[in-house]
Amino acid sequence: MEVQKTALYNYHKNLGAKFVPFAGYEMPIQYKDGIVKEHISTRTHAGFFDVSHMGQFFLEGDETLIESLEKIIPADLKNLKINHSKYSFLLNNEGGIIDDLIITRTEKGFCIILNAACKENDIKQISQFLKKHHKHLLNNNLSLIALQGPKSVEILEKLIPGVANLKFMTGNNFDYEGENLYVTRSGYTGEDGFEISISNTKVEKLIDYLISNEVKPIGLGARDTLRLEAGLCLYGHDLNEKINPVEANLKWAIAKKRKEVGGFNGWEKIKNLLANGSEKIRVGIKPDGKVIARENTKIFSLDNNEIGFVTSGTFGPSVNAPVAMGYVKSEFSEVGTSIQLEVRGKKYGGKISELPFYKKSYVK
Amino acid sequence: MSEKKFSKKHEWVSLDGDVATVGITKHATEMLGDIVFVEVPDAGKAVEKEGQAAVVESTKAASDVYSPISGEITEGNKAIADDPGSVNTDPEGASWFFKLKIKDKGEYDSLMSKDEYDKFCKENPS
Repeated sequence: MEVQKTALYNYHKNLGAKFVPFAGYEMPIQYKDGIVKEHISTRTHAGFFDVSHMGQFFLEGDETLIESLEKIIPADLKNLKINHSKYSFLLNNEGGIIDDLIITRTEKGFCIILNAACKENDIKQISQFLKKHHKHLLNNNLSLIALQGPKSVEILEKLIPGVANLKFMTGNNFDYEGENLYVTRSGYTGEDGFEISISNTKVEKLIDYLISNEVKPIGLGARDTLRLEAGLCLYGHDLNEKINPVEANLKWAIAKKRKEVGGFNGWEKIKNLLANGSEKIRVGIKPDGKVIARENTKIFSLDNNEIGFVTSGTFGPSVNAPVAMGYVKSEFSEVGTSIQLEVRGKKYGGKISELPFYKKSYVK
Repeated sequence: MSEKKFSKKHEWVSLDGDVATVGITKHATEMLGDIVFVEVPDAGKAVEKEGQAAVVESTKAASDVYSPISGEITEGNKAIADDPGSVNTDPEGASWFFKLKIKDKGEYDSLMSKDEYDKFCKENPS
């Protein structure tokens, strides 16, 4: 498959981006300032992220659309209000996570934001449950820009009046340059911020404005350190088709009503896990020293039994220490439990930690 | 102190009598990005020419640091292990990695000069 580029590719190039292949796209991993400065400027001012490689999947239909989607998504879509969003997932028959996603109720149906690497398969999986009269479209004419950081609201409100009134995980339509924009108050960094769905033809103009307000471009490198500090999962690393939401410590994302009534893929298995707990579970991990426990680092108990593995690990610039997430046997999952991490053949001490590592500041 | 010599794996070496000081080059730090972890060898450890001697990690990945010269480690620079970011600011000065007592000065002589190294970096961009 040919490598794809987002509408902002040349713009990133002019900003001095270093590119890497990611999910079939050429994406900026960092810009001139480097990952740590990009990370800090997002936490202290604001940064923008081109996340146009993610799928913006629109669905239209009547009440039966909700029934169809609820077979594969364990959110309470019936009671989801228009312009409200939920974090959820697509589940397979074993309750494994096909993808994690954000679903928003629109006037005509739903919009689902899908991970770039998964979007083609996701649409196949969702389509199995759709009726002939349900319409769907993966809109590649739209870019998606995340604006994240404490100054985001002040900066975006000047350009698009009204966005300041949005609460966390809600959205609305706004007018920009005579065109319709859909803006949600959301993101994946642990900061207040917005995600802006905007036509490919207008996106450069929006970025010009953000840059003139000292919003820095942020690459995938800092996106990863920011989301890990915020305790958020990265699909393909912390989540995959063999991991279910209970193991992933994401049972909060299954709607209360759906936990009781079920009716979605893998429900029998998940019901059982909700009642009895899972054998392994996702936890936060803090190495004691400066050593970085990266993906696939083996985790041992103090008496040297292998008890799990790391799925994401890096240096957290705001925590100013290494941070990691991984799966351990449930009996070792209590916060404060001492563990050992095997890095380059040597065992280093560490502890099970609370998530997030960095406290969120969402506007509720 | 002798003039600095350079390896193809982006380490530098300077020599004072039979004790060599080894670090990574400015070019190496620019390729690595923000350095967040360093592991230096303990005194007494024997290292071979081009053998693994230390570890450097950036936010992106972990890399081995090789000794361009064989000998016995006399000192690892604990200061950079405590403050890995200092390697980005002064890689070819205060932020050296380790010192070692060398066996064969011929190994030092065979390394690249500053001009040769700069040319090597230009011809091998990565």
